[in-house]
Amino acid sequence: MSESVTGAASPAEQNRPETGWRSRLRAFYHGSEALQGYTLLSPTLLVMLFSMCAPFALMVLMSFWTQIGYEFDTAATLKNYDKVFSEPVYTKLLVRSLLISASCTFATVIISYPMAYYVAFHVHRRKMIWIILMTLPFWTSYLLRIFTWKVILGFNGVINSGLIGMGLIDKPLEFLLYNPTAVVITLTHAWAAFAILPIYVSLEKIDRSLLEAATDLGDGPMARFLRVTLPLSLPGVIAATVLIFVPTVGDYVTPALVGGPDGVMLANLIQAHFGIINNWPGGSALAIVMMGIVGLIAMTYIWLTRFAVRNIE
Amino acid sequence: MKNVSYIDRPNRPLFVYAVLFLAFLYVPVLFLPLFSFNDSQYIAFPIENWTLRWYRDMANNEPMLAALMNSIRVGAVASILSTFLGIFGAKAVTRYRIPGQEPIIAVIMAPLVIPGIILGVALLILINRAGITLSLYTVTLGHILVCVPFAMATLMTRFEGFDKSMEEASADLGENAWWTFWRVTLPMVFPGVLASLLLCFTISFDEFILAFFLGGTDPTLPLYMWGQLRFPQRLPNVLAMGACILLISFFVVFFSQWLVRRDPDSPKSAG
Amino acid sequence: MTTKQSFITIDGVSKHFGDVIAVDNVSIDIEQGEFFSLLGPSGCGKTTLLRMLAGFESTTSGEIYLDGKAMSEIPPHQRPTNMVFQNYAIFPHLDVSGNIAYGLRKDKLGKVEQTRRVDEALEMVKLPGYGKRRAHELSGGQLQRIALARALVKRPKVLLLDEPLGALDKKLREEMQLELRALQESVGITFIFVTHDQEEALTLSDRVAVMARGEVLQMASPQQLYNRPFNVEVADFIGQMNFFDAEVMDLQDDEALLDVQGLGQLKASAEGEFVQKGASIVVALRPEKLLLSEKGDAGDENTVKGELSTSAYLGSRSHFFVAVDGCEEPIEVAGQDAGFGAGESLQRGGEVWLSWARESLVLLPVT
Repeated sequence: MSESVTGAASPAEQNRPETGWRSRLRAFYHGSEALQGYTLLSPTLLVMLFSMCAPFALMVLMSFWTQIGYEFDTAATLKNYDKVFSEPVYTKLLVRSLLISASCTFATVIISYPMAYYVAFHVHRRKMIWIILMTLPFWTSYLLRIFTWKVILGFNGVINSGLIGMGLIDKPLEFLLYNPTAVVITLTHAWAAFAILPIYVSLEKIDRSLLEAATDLGDGPMARFLRVTLPLSLPGVIAATVLIFVPTVGDYVTPALVGGPDGVMLANLIQAHFGIINNWPGGSALAIVMMGIVGLIAMTYIWLTRFAVRNIE
Repeated sequence: MKNVSYIDRPNRPLFVYAVLFLAFLYVPVLFLPLFSFNDSQYIAFPIENWTLRWYRDMANNEPMLAALMNSIRVGAVASILSTFLGIFGAKAVTRYRIPGQEPIIAVIMAPLVIPGIILGVALLILINRAGITLSLYTVTLGHILVCVPFAMATLMTRFEGFDKSMEEASADLGENAWWTFWRVTLPMVFPGVLASLLLCFTISFDEFILAFFLGGTDPTLPLYMWGQLRFPQRLPNVLAMGACILLISFFVVFFSQWLVRRDPDSPKSAG
Repeated sequence: MTTKQSFITIDGVSKHFGDVIAVDNVSIDIEQGEFFSLLGPSGCGKTTLLRMLAGFESTTSGEIYLDGKAMSEIPPHQRPTNMVFQNYAIFPHLDVSGNIAYGLRKDKLGKVEQTRRVDEALEMVKLPGYGKRRAHELSGGQLQRIALARALVKRPKVLLLDEPLGALDKKLREEMQLELRALQESVGITFIFVTHDQEEALTLSDRVAVMARGEVLQMASPQQLYNRPFNVEVADFIGQMNFFDAEVMDLQDDEALLDVQGLGQLKASAEGEFVQKGASIVVALRPEKLLLSEKGDAGDENTVKGELSTSAYLGSRSHFFVAVDGCEEPIEVAGQDAGFGAGESLQRGGEVWLSWARESLVLLPVT
């Protein structure tokens, strides 16, 4: 950057005799934009790299250990992984986690898309207020947003007491809370605000004249949507899918609060391994298997994203 | 309205949908403040008597006030440090052509898509193996990790929003890199910096999962609340507390988002 | 429904955006097969008018008839018009063939027929074999041709072009102008062309409507527009022009005696009702209708003496600016290099004479 160059080339420095390699190094540094960029980036990158790589490396290492009381036997063994794949309950929980998360992702994207579409194409004044309004809840307390569904769906909750108050039912409906559906509803509500942003951004980027061109060439509103708007907003949809699917697979607060025994997900089991079960190596192995499978699914999606983007740009 | 063009003409069903969507987003959350004024231990309709006593109780609730202070301290440190890291990172990736920029951004943004529980247990293992006692410091470390991506995203929007030639003009007029940063760059990105501070503070203040794994004996506010959820008779207190947290969060986030998105012609993403 | 004789009739059309009047009571008739241009500075309403023809904007009042049918109730996708957009609007997710075939979906052509039509269209715009390319692989000029092909393959009754050459560089633009004109002649479709470039409008069009502030100032053939503008604004917008304040001293039959500021008393043929005895008018003279010389005849009424102030070399020609007593601004004179070698020997500050033919004087009303 030019200001750094001017800064370095102050007269005092120019007059001072310098050894050849030093001045060459200096010139190389100031001539290399990338090097200056890396210098500026290094604190952030190092902090992030260290605080992610070191823990993950340790976690991988620990997954080959064995828990003995409060200590670890550090002799490498595969039995933690063996257990993950041989115990049917683990597989069952994993499949359930993936299913719950997939349903929630699907529901979130489906309900967010029309909202993002409305704001992108039909809001002309005070657009900013709409964008903030629809994303705002995402930034506020996750715990409270989940807890509120316990209040709504609970045995004596809003829905049951409301329905009884109106005389529609005699005794509380028990099927509302503590099941996978409650988990899906709660997660959908918690993540809907997050799905909107990438979809909105991809819709907003679509040039209006492309839509006019489609109309001009004979497409009615529906045909235009299917042939132009939807394909062009696909990257946003795929990004939203990944952004919601990956974190929700690992959610354990929601199942703990509203899931009940049938809504328990794999993450609850991982948490238990670091808590009451007190088997950290076992928990590490579970966490790694979950990450691996989710990562695999996410990679497929990222490949899809690349594919879609390449087709669009 | 006949003023808007064919493509942008109003669509009533979609408008109705948008209103319903916002209702779905907000109405459930509003039950917490509603029942916090209910003069009964049980959350149930109809609400017979209204009261402010749960709010009065809060003022005398020593453990809760201690947890609140803990959260504020963690939030303040985490938001300042994350924003600092965010400024460096955002300036580097928006102002320099760096080879491998995309993977670097992906690494920094990774905590956004890593499930909280994975981050939590991985950090827990590291801290445990390093022999460090769990405390508010370890919680702060975890919070910085989740805040930096948001700080970066917020600040990148701001850095991209202003012309590099402004900085070049400053250099041309004789200021060195340091003074250019103070006299041109920082004032221009200041709204972004403020927005990032506010956003990171809220994220840390409301964060539960990492605090759950990395917290020691001093609880943060969400941890304290989690503990209270086990006792049904404490529920009204939790509701009052939750109502306050929601209200404050809403205002702080609204303000921070307003700072980022003020220019109505360039609706850019912060996330 | 009124039966209208013209192919396209724009009948008293207005468009208001809130308080802003974008198009103000415009009426235009356009014939089948005509190359018609809407010319004006940005914000004059020309694009809004075009978009009303396409159906993207509704009319606030007035009606547009196309081939005898009122258009206001017909949505854009059912109108027999097609548009070439300013930024071309080539679909990025489709290849060139996909773009051109986009509008053929409803025609339910067989695959073979559709391919034939697409190839034909590519042939027409001189890009055969480009079917598999994508938008980002093409240059501006090529995108422009694809946009043309995509619109023309639908065989519209009217082709609407919104500053289609605006984004091209000068040389390419001039090439495309010639091609566009040839193409229009070969397909025989009515073209309505929006531009802010007066040279482009004059080169291409059968007729031009000059617009400003939402109104049509003048609608005429390029020759008429250039030689006989209606008012100062049109004269100023089309090409270069010198203006002089003048007063009508006397009026006999078709001949007016004028007292022109800086040029003195001279006679001109009186055209237009505003030429009344005692009236203030404006006299206009094109730079290329003036003759510059070092010697002159003071007795000739169509001659004036002045002092050369500056000259500007423009390559194919030179422009001289001559200060004349009584004129606030120097008079601009265009000199062709070939016929005006004398110009180079002229000294700045030297005495020069300007002369003109009486027919070159254009009388305009005061605005």
